[in-house]
Amino acid sequence: MQKRVFDGSIDYIQIMDEEGNIDSSLMPKDISDELILKMYRNMALARAFDAKALSLQRQGRIVTYAPLLGQEATQIGSGMAMRDSDFFVPNFRQHALYLIKGLPIENMFISLRGFEDGAKAPQGFRGFPVAVPVGSQVPHAVGLAYALKYKKTGSAVVSYVGDGGTSEGDFSEGINFAGVWKVPLVMIIENNQWAISIPRKNQTAAVTLAQKAFAAGLEGLQVDGNDVIAVYKTIRDAINLAAQNEPQVIECVTYRLGLHTTSDDPNKYRSPEETKEWERRDPMVRVRKYLTKKGLWNEETEQKMADEYRELIDTGVAKAEAFKPDPKSMFEHIYSFMPETLKQEEDDAAASNYWQQ
Amino acid sequence: MQMNMVASINNALKLCMQENKDVVLLGEDIGRDGGVFRVTDGLLDAFGSDRVIDTPLAESGIIGTSIGMALGGLRPVPEIQFAGFMLLGFAQLVNHAARFRGRTRSGMSVPMVVRTPASGGVRTLEHHSDSPEAFYSHIGGLVVVEPSNPYDAKGMLIKALHMNDPVVFLEPTKLYRLFKQDVPETMYEVPIGKANVVREGNDLSIITYGTMVPVVNNVVQKRNIDAEVIDLRTINPLDEKAILDTAKKTGKVLIVHEAELSFGAGAEIAARIAEKAMYDLKAPIIRVGSHSLPYPFPGYENYYVPNELKVSKAIDKLLSS
Repeated sequence: MQKRVFDGSIDYIQIMDEEGNIDSSLMPKDISDELILKMYRNMALARAFDAKALSLQRQGRIVTYAPLLGQEATQIGSGMAMRDSDFFVPNFRQHALYLIKGLPIENMFISLRGFEDGAKAPQGFRGFPVAVPVGSQVPHAVGLAYALKYKKTGSAVVSYVGDGGTSEGDFSEGINFAGVWKVPLVMIIENNQWAISIPRKNQTAAVTLAQKAFAAGLEGLQVDGNDVIAVYKTIRDAINLAAQNEPQVIECVTYRLGLHTTSDDPNKYRSPEETKEWERRDPMVRVRKYLTKKGLWNEETEQKMADEYRELIDTGVAKAEAFKPDPKSMFEHIYSFMPETLKQEEDDAAASNYWQQ
Repeated sequence: MQMNMVASINNALKLCMQENKDVVLLGEDIGRDGGVFRVTDGLLDAFGSDRVIDTPLAESGIIGTSIGMALGGLRPVPEIQFAGFMLLGFAQLVNHAARFRGRTRSGMSVPMVVRTPASGGVRTLEHHSDSPEAFYSHIGGLVVVEPSNPYDAKGMLIKALHMNDPVVFLEPTKLYRLFKQDVPETMYEVPIGKANVVREGNDLSIITYGTMVPVVNNVVQKRNIDAEVIDLRTINPLDEKAILDTAKKTGKVLIVHEAELSFGAGAEIAARIAEKAMYDLKAPIIRVGSHSLPYPFPGYENYYVPNELKVSKAIDKLLSS
């Protein structure tokens, strides 16, 4: 006997094309022009922050930075789709999430100056700190989702992993646990095509990354990650399903227009032609075209917004640069108690002059 | 009530789960099967499958999701089936469990107790007999403990579950059923970070923990040696005061552990004594550990793990120097 025991296929969704045209058959009725304007403004904030951070790094005022240029729609669309009660568990490139979810900009720059103190979030903030080891955040998101379900909160977790991260064991283990436990998780694969110098095609022979969901018994979907409306709709739908304990995997197909980090030079491994093609698909350009056509946006509003964001970000930078680190804080937040031996090291260091700069 | 270590740990888990509904257990085969050593026997029926979770077979997943649970307000107690398999979760422990509190300046913490059977002496297959306390202890942010008797095991586990820190709780396989002790059925804590003076003495100090505590005690009793025996119980953070006090008192120190000798916890203990009590010593410190090579197949383990004779000869050497 031979019979088909599994069938799976992955759909791709785009609602707004590169020219700003909307596919009305897929467009949710409740997405207003006002909301689209908000999406545009949020993407612009993310891009302004990104440009500032890159500039500060080049001036030696912050440490290594991982730019998000080109990935604004994936991050803003998903972030805006989250409900107030939902949590996000990022990797290290989701600066836009912090910006729109209420982490003060000064905190972000304190972190980028190299001080843990920036990651101490205000009470009620529902985002996790940056996770540097690739993919390692996925099990945390799943465990958090388990806790939220166990406590009957109704909240969901939106987590992020890159295309490279899907090759990590923690990604596979994490979504596999999510499938068995049926937790409220939306796993976003932010496929920006490059894991430093390794192109998407060398990361896996799989046609899509979304299909990795099938191995964990989950549903997968692919979306134009440069289409903020499609991302918003898809993630909002996914959160609704996840909240009913049906975890979801969504691959957002986007592109890293800039550097992996400020230590990276993409000219070494990819062609300018490829980047040029993706610039045509820039997530902000299409929304600006749409808003301009509708008479909702022009040079003047663009300039006004740019001025507003410059002031907002500069204020954050100024506050962050006024932050004075306390080396004692290194010791005092490791355990819930202070071990005698650690206290001795702290006291010895404090009593000596090692900390004079 | 007379309990062996399996029973006392089971009892501690049960009491903590009754006390706090945020305590959940997860691991491979811990539910229906009660764990491969039966430590969690009966807890699935008592608390249900939301709190006693049979997980897929993935150690990094178990520890990683436990971290997420802890950050979400639960108190997970992941069980890793054997310490040798815990290396697959090592990155999660080191990169995340140990760091969350510091990286958020106490904004977030990871209250979690990772239980795992450790050490050998029970003729198991390869990878089932490892003593990994030194590498976990090298990681600031983790608490590492290893009880040597049923009473301490219960009290230390309860204490660990009342703390807000990631605790690596090593359970010596050999001692699981080796002997019973009178253990109260009620809730009590045994301090973490505090060594236990098993017996006082004057001629030498023997600093040990885990599986080697009964070995040392047997030698000392059989030969009627006036030794002070210190059971560290907690490897990290080290009870430095207890170590220095006994070193200064007797002036002769023997350190005994089952883990490989080189770069073991004994090296840290000896270094601290050398730094802070060197001039109180009457003889060089002696360390006894397993040979500096990977734990062998069971046929060779009796040639590998320190036994009473090895401890006895080290005592002779120290007493005669």
